[in-house]
Amino acid sequence: MSINNYIFLASALFSIGVIGVLTRRNAIIIFMCVELMLNAVNLLLVAFSKMHYLTASVIDHTTKAGTDGQIFVFFIMVVAAAEVSVGLAIIVMMYRNIHSVDVNFLNRLKH
Amino acid sequence: MDPRNVIVTFPELLLWFPLLSGLIVLLLNKGDKAKNWSLVFSVITLTISVVSFMFTDAKWRPLNQVSYFWLPQIGSSFALMLDGAGRILCFLTAFAYPVIFLTTYKTKYKNPNIFYGLMLLTQSGLIGVFCAMDALVFYFFWELALVPVYFLASIWGGEKRIQATWKFFIYTFTGSLLLLVGIIYVYLHTTNSTFSLFSFYNAHLTAAEQNGIFWLFFVAFAIKMPIFPFHTWQPDTYEQSPSAVTMVLSGIMVKMGVFGLIRWLVPVLPLAVKHFDHVVIGLSVVGMIYASCIAIVQDDLKRLVAYSSIAHIGLMCAAVFSNSESGIQGVLIQMFNHGINIIGIWVVVEMIERQLGTRKISMLGGLAQKSPVLATLLVIVALANIALPLTNAFVGEFLIFNGLFKFSGWYTALAAISIILAAVYTLNMIQKVFYGETNSITVSAKDIGANEAIMLSVIVVAIFVVGVFPKPFFELSNDTVINFLSKLSGGK
Amino acid sequence: MSKIVFLVPLIPFFGFLINGLGRPVISKSSAAIVGSGSVLISFILSVILFVNVKNGHGGVFNGFDFISVGKLQIPFSFQVDQLSSLFLLIITGIGFLIHVYSAAYMHEEKPADYARYFAYLNLFVFSMLLLVMGSNFVIMFMGWEGVGLCSYLLIGYWFKNNDYTNAAKKAFIMNRIGDLGFLLALFWMIQQFGTLNFAEVFSKAGSMPSNTAALTGITLLLFLGATGKSAQIPLYTWLPDAMAGPTPVSALIHAATMVTAGIYMIARSNVLYTLAPVTQGVVAVIGLATAILAATIALKQNDIKKVLAYSTVSQLGYMFLGLGVGAYTASVFHVMTHAFFKALLFLGAGSVIHACHHEQDIRNMGGLKKYLPITHITFLLACLAIAGIPPFSGFFSKDAILIGAYEHSPILFWVGLIGSLMTAFYMFRLYAMTFLGKFRGTHEQEHHLHESPFAMTFPLIILAVLSTVGGFLGVPELFAKDANWLEKFLSPVFEVSETKMPPHELPHSTEYVLLGITIVLVVVFIGWAIAKFRNYQKTEVEETGFGKILQNKWYVDEFYNAIIVKPLNKFSWFLDSIVEKSGIDGIVNGIGKFVNYSSRQLRLLQSGQVGAYILMMVVAALFFFIIQLFVK
Repeated sequence: MSINNYIFLASALFSIGVIGVLTRRNAIIIFMCVELMLNAVNLLLVAFSKMHYLTASVIDHTTKAGTDGQIFVFFIMVVAAAEVSVGLAIIVMMYRNIHSVDVNFLNRLKH
Repeated sequence: MDPRNVIVTFPELLLWFPLLSGLIVLLLNKGDKAKNWSLVFSVITLTISVVSFMFTDAKWRPLNQVSYFWLPQIGSSFALMLDGAGRILCFLTAFAYPVIFLTTYKTKYKNPNIFYGLMLLTQSGLIGVFCAMDALVFYFFWELALVPVYFLASIWGGEKRIQATWKFFIYTFTGSLLLLVGIIYVYLHTTNSTFSLFSFYNAHLTAAEQNGIFWLFFVAFAIKMPIFPFHTWQPDTYEQSPSAVTMVLSGIMVKMGVFGLIRWLVPVLPLAVKHFDHVVIGLSVVGMIYASCIAIVQDDLKRLVAYSSIAHIGLMCAAVFSNSESGIQGVLIQMFNHGINIIGIWVVVEMIERQLGTRKISMLGGLAQKSPVLATLLVIVALANIALPLTNAFVGEFLIFNGLFKFSGWYTALAAISIILAAVYTLNMIQKVFYGETNSITVSAKDIGANEAIMLSVIVVAIFVVGVFPKPFFELSNDTVINFLSKLSGGK
Repeated sequence: MSKIVFLVPLIPFFGFLINGLGRPVISKSSAAIVGSGSVLISFILSVILFVNVKNGHGGVFNGFDFISVGKLQIPFSFQVDQLSSLFLLIITGIGFLIHVYSAAYMHEEKPADYARYFAYLNLFVFSMLLLVMGSNFVIMFMGWEGVGLCSYLLIGYWFKNNDYTNAAKKAFIMNRIGDLGFLLALFWMIQQFGTLNFAEVFSKAGSMPSNTAALTGITLLLFLGATGKSAQIPLYTWLPDAMAGPTPVSALIHAATMVTAGIYMIARSNVLYTLAPVTQGVVAVIGLATAILAATIALKQNDIKKVLAYSTVSQLGYMFLGLGVGAYTASVFHVMTHAFFKALLFLGAGSVIHACHHEQDIRNMGGLKKYLPITHITFLLACLAIAGIPPFSGFFSKDAILIGAYEHSPILFWVGLIGSLMTAFYMFRLYAMTFLGKFRGTHEQEHHLHESPFAMTFPLIILAVLSTVGGFLGVPELFAKDANWLEKFLSPVFEVSETKMPPHELPHSTEYVLLGITIVLVVVFIGWAIAKFRNYQKTEVEETGFGKILQNKWYVDEFYNAIIVKPLNKFSWFLDSIVEKSGIDGIVNGIGKFVNYSSRQLRLLQSGQVGAYILMMVVAALFFFIIQLFVK
């Protein structure tokens, strides 16, 4: 399958994520959209990794080209998991304090 | 005494003693104790400085220079040295402090321990600037001298002190940062990657690079001196600072700028100096006439003296760039002269203000009847300030003008117009403050007290000694001059 | 000998220190004794020096190194030769007489002020001695500015009066303008010759070709200095105002000594001037123009001291004319005789003012002949001397200058003659209005009229004798061969110039004719003046037309005020309030304000809305993405 298909899919996912973050006010949905963007990047990383491996293995089938891309993905997943735990905790605290998960109530940062 | 077995050197003593004494005074309780102790400390510093004049000979070299291990990773060592120019300016600093403390002895400051402590810290910074042989150390003390002055002026100053000192600080600090950028640039182009003065002198810089860095250095020094058009912080700051601080600022601190030119700018960037000499001398000369004209219409004594100081400093700056032995020798002696003369004038202004509560020339008059001693001493100091022969400033200005004339007769003629203007504003001031009939304000004036009269007399004696017998000064500063000129001619 | 040389100026200096520092405690009589005594000692020493020089023992006496920087060596040393020893005698001799006179004249002052007065006078003598004794231009310049300072201090001696301090200030500033020229000339000479010692400068200049730009420039600048100090066009207006000082001061500083410093300087540097004919022309023309201008003003003045002041300016003009035409000896001669008779005139005027209780307007005088016999006789002798009646001293010296001018160009002579006729006229107008006719002052003044004490008349008598016989030091060739003692005495000083100048020898017959014409015309003018003013009556009629212009001194003061003083003040005001406050400081503050303002605007971006932050982030990311695409 052509690499373009993966790129289109990843771009679409990423854009959905961006638009979701920009337009929605619900913190949980924003959170999910952030995850969507992360996963769009993960998808790309895996796709390119595979592509590099295939082109390089034609010349040398013991090659390890492209493996670093896959390793990045694991890093991102680990970080995302950590982020989720912290992020959700923040959202829970937010709900406890202001009884809402609407981010527009969170405008005290400017002070 | 064997010069090889040196325990402590003069630069160290001169530098650390005021610093330590400043810290001690800061820790003292409130009250007159701080005042008296700082007076004692400053007299000790003066003594050290005087003693150092006995060891100027080449064989005492180990006594006059020192280098500590400081930041070897980046090639900077804590190097200090007393050469001719440095010695003269250290002496000026050491001499000025007791004079300032004594003449402002009757002035009351709140939190005197902090005030005097900061004053002594400033002294240490100033001496550091005059002794530093390493660019980083120089920069360090350059800033160390600035920061306490900011607090001194902004805590103990006049009504608009916050505004004035804020401007002063931002202005000079901008200059300092430019200087830092310049220093780092030159450092990166030294052959052995050190901050030492001598590697700066031998740095590999193309003419174009020099021209660029020149402005970084020059603007920093020009703000400090100050040179037209970078001068507008000065009258405000002088006006708003307490007199003791004004004396430090105008008597010593502005010399940092001139000194910076002589030690750190001209020998490091000889090609750029040749390239921009007309620009700088032109600016200086325009500034002299400009400042003298403005001084004519000032009503506040402090502002008048501030503008007159700008004119005098402009002359020194022009002479530094004139590339002549006479000019540079004149600048070295004139820095000292200007320091003591202007401190003398500030002393008089301070006394008038303390006694009569005003500095407005238009509100004064007839003081010569009420305080003849003060009037006589002021007339002498003021005439020294306009360089009458047999006073110290004549020697300096004569040499400076002579050096400038070698550079260009036209600039000299223009600059000399400010001599006439100086006579105009000085005589106006004397006439309006001291002559004429007394008015309701001055009718109650008394003559000055003994300690002030003695301090002013010391200044007057110094004025005449240097004015009649300047030769020892020339011998002292000769090494600096030769060094300076050789660097400049090497850049041809 | 060398000790004496240094003691000559030092003794008045010690007098200055004693009177100046001891001011609060010293009594009046001791102040006067210290003041006059120090000058007397100095005078005696000067006589010894003079005799030594006459026997050929002059020379340069080194003190110590003053300035030595690189190749520039300026020693503090004194030169005693024919010219300086002659001036030494004039300065200390007349100085002593005037000190004695002052002791009586100033007796109404408080002790502290009295001591201050003598301190200033002694300081003046010290500075003047420095000026003439210096063996290089720097020492000369020290004295040059020093006498200017003393003149300032003494004009403003009564410092409570604002007019007087204004006059003092004006004198100092105008002198400073001249000093500027002097100073620039010094630097030029250093550049040209590498030294400022008289001997070396003149010998180096002597080997230069005539009429070079450098020499012309140097001499013109020096001459600018001379116009300031010696009150010539364009810097003469301070001298009449300087009459605000006490009268003995006017006699000493503003007539006999200080104002002749310019002549001394040019005579000293005669080699330079001889080699710069252009400058010589300028000197002659300016001198003559000043002589005429001042004489016309003097015709209409009514203040006794103002008349004498303008007459001084005019006589100084003659001296410069003499210098300009190369008649150096004649000019120095005129300096000497002028010192005698002009000091005498001022002291006489002082005696009159003293007698009339500080009345200075001659319209309120008259008929003083019978009240002040000694003053009257001496004053008359001085008038005859200044008018140029033989055999009084002024005749010989002025004649020498005019003959010198004729040799140069007859026009100079005829114009100069007109000036000297005016001199005769205004001097005898002054004499007639003061001493002849009836007393026109108030009755009370008349009651108090009295001859001055001996301390005041004694100097008058001495000076009168000198004014009468002083001329015989320089009897011209015309009357007796080798009778011109002064010329022979001074010839070593002007030796080099003499050889460089084309010889002029006027036939004796022409000289006789010119002399005859001069004398006859002068006598006619004297007679006219006496006839016209001997029975002067006060009138209330205002002067009109040309007379009014003369009475207002050609409006020169007003002119200077309008073209220099006022524009300078306006310009300064403009710089201060417009350029400085709004311009430069405005830019500095403007930068500060701009930073402040833009920070405030940028702060609005920080709204606290999470969405807004994210939007900015995305926009920025897109922005960089696009840049990345296009900029490759």
